[in-house]
Amino acid sequence: MTLPDGVEHHEFDGETGIATRGEPVYGEPTDGPWRRWDPHRSKLGAMLELGMATGLTGGETVLYLGAAAGTTVSHVADFCGPTYAVEFAPRPMRDLLAAAESRPRLFPLLKDARKPETYAHVVEPVDVVVQDVATRGQGRVATLNRQFLGDDGRLLAAIKARSEDVTADPRAVFDDVLADIEAEYEVLETNELDPYHDDHLGVVATPRDR
Amino acid sequence: MTDGWFAGVDADDVAAAAARVRDGRADGPDDWPTRAVETGFVADETAYYDRLKDATMAAAETAVREREGADDRQLVHAVRAMADCERTANELAERVAEWAGSRYGESGSGIDCARAVATRENDADADRALRSLAERTVALADEADSLRAYIERTAPAVAPNLSMLAGPVLAARLVALAGGLEALAKKPSGTVQLLGAEDALFAHLQGGAPSPKHGVIYTHEYVRGTRPEDRGSASRALAGKLSIAARIDHYSGDRRPELAEELEDRIATIQARGGADA
Repeated sequence: MTLPDGVEHHEFDGETGIATRGEPVYGEPTDGPWRRWDPHRSKLGAMLELGMATGLTGGETVLYLGAAAGTTVSHVADFCGPTYAVEFAPRPMRDLLAAAESRPRLFPLLKDARKPETYAHVVEPVDVVVQDVATRGQGRVATLNRQFLGDDGRLLAAIKARSEDVTADPRAVFDDVLADIEAEYEVLETNELDPYHDDHLGVVATPRDR
Repeated sequence: MTDGWFAGVDADDVAAAAARVRDGRADGPDDWPTRAVETGFVADETAYYDRLKDATMAAAETAVREREGADDRQLVHAVRAMADCERTANELAERVAEWAGSRYGESGSGIDCARAVATRENDADADRALRSLAERTVALADEADSLRAYIERTAPAVAPNLSMLAGPVLAARLVALAGGLEALAKKPSGTVQLLGAEDALFAHLQGGAPSPKHGVIYTHEYVRGTRPEDRGSASRALAGKLSIAARIDHYSGDRRPELAEELEDRIATIQARGGADA
């Protein structure tokens, strides 16, 4: 597998893991300017670690939905271009603001990913949409945000089964969400994110031609 | 075609730009960096992103400060802090009682025991250590009491109808469990009924366990004062009125004393069932 430019394997305490260059955010180990991208704490990190073909090469413009406290989006901003970080909850946004402080092209937006009309006046068309929203209706979030992607854009989504239905079989939930996504996207690859994240499905998709 | 966040904004006016980021809308995205240069908002793309950075940071900071500093958020912190103090004080009081039993042969328990130990005047090294621990335990219990007093003062202002029906402390607990007054107002009453019983609910949904009838509203006299067979009905009636109260508190804020009377009538009917059967 090929990692994007700006993401490299480094050794931390005798363990090899992926890393990016930037200010540490969540107490992760560092090796000079490199800081470890912990796949146990980041679903996109797990997708890269598992060798999924994300299509990321480095330098992309990114819309990140569900940025939370900024753990993953800080790594994304380290190796990508302008990065728009949408997060709905004020409490994690406080931590995200701290992570955004040292990253001049990371733009925090306290917005609801289910209402793209409230941030379309700020966000330009992007190369990649990363989606990690732990809410019901994850498929709908993906289709609503299709408008930000060009025809050869990429959707990189981590689908959390338990956000849709705690009792249903995760595989059945994944099928439902994928069916929603396929209304607007062609799904290129899926991969369950264990052992890093239980009951999560990593999805790589590209918009269908209109 | 709709406008970008920078339309009509002076490039040096961060506050105005931040307000547009917060409140603006557009039907769809556009190549905003290029349009900003074309319309003369900024000279080049680098300047555009620098302005955007300032505007988005300022917008998010203000919004976070407003929402995190809101009165219902303060109430949530207070009620959680009260629970932490109570839990810790009780835990330490048990430790104090056990230690005191070994030295003075007394068998007390709880905060009262810690209070007694805190005033003992024995003067061996171990006595002093134990007394110091007891004093801290009592201080924590007192802190819990003063947090309770703060909640009792402020909850009626944040959620008047909910506090009237549930009492200030239970009202604050419900707001905390829901994650805010707005979140509570948006929950269906069946969810309000079970707030605080999530473990039991998931055990039930996974199969096997019986369905829980109530969460923290169990502490309300209308539930506890009803005989066990009718507590499900009482919880449902109470939760129904509590969610109506939360909605009025969040969306309008006016006071509806008649809610209390309606609830009282309904509970009286439910509680009378036991009498009729007997």
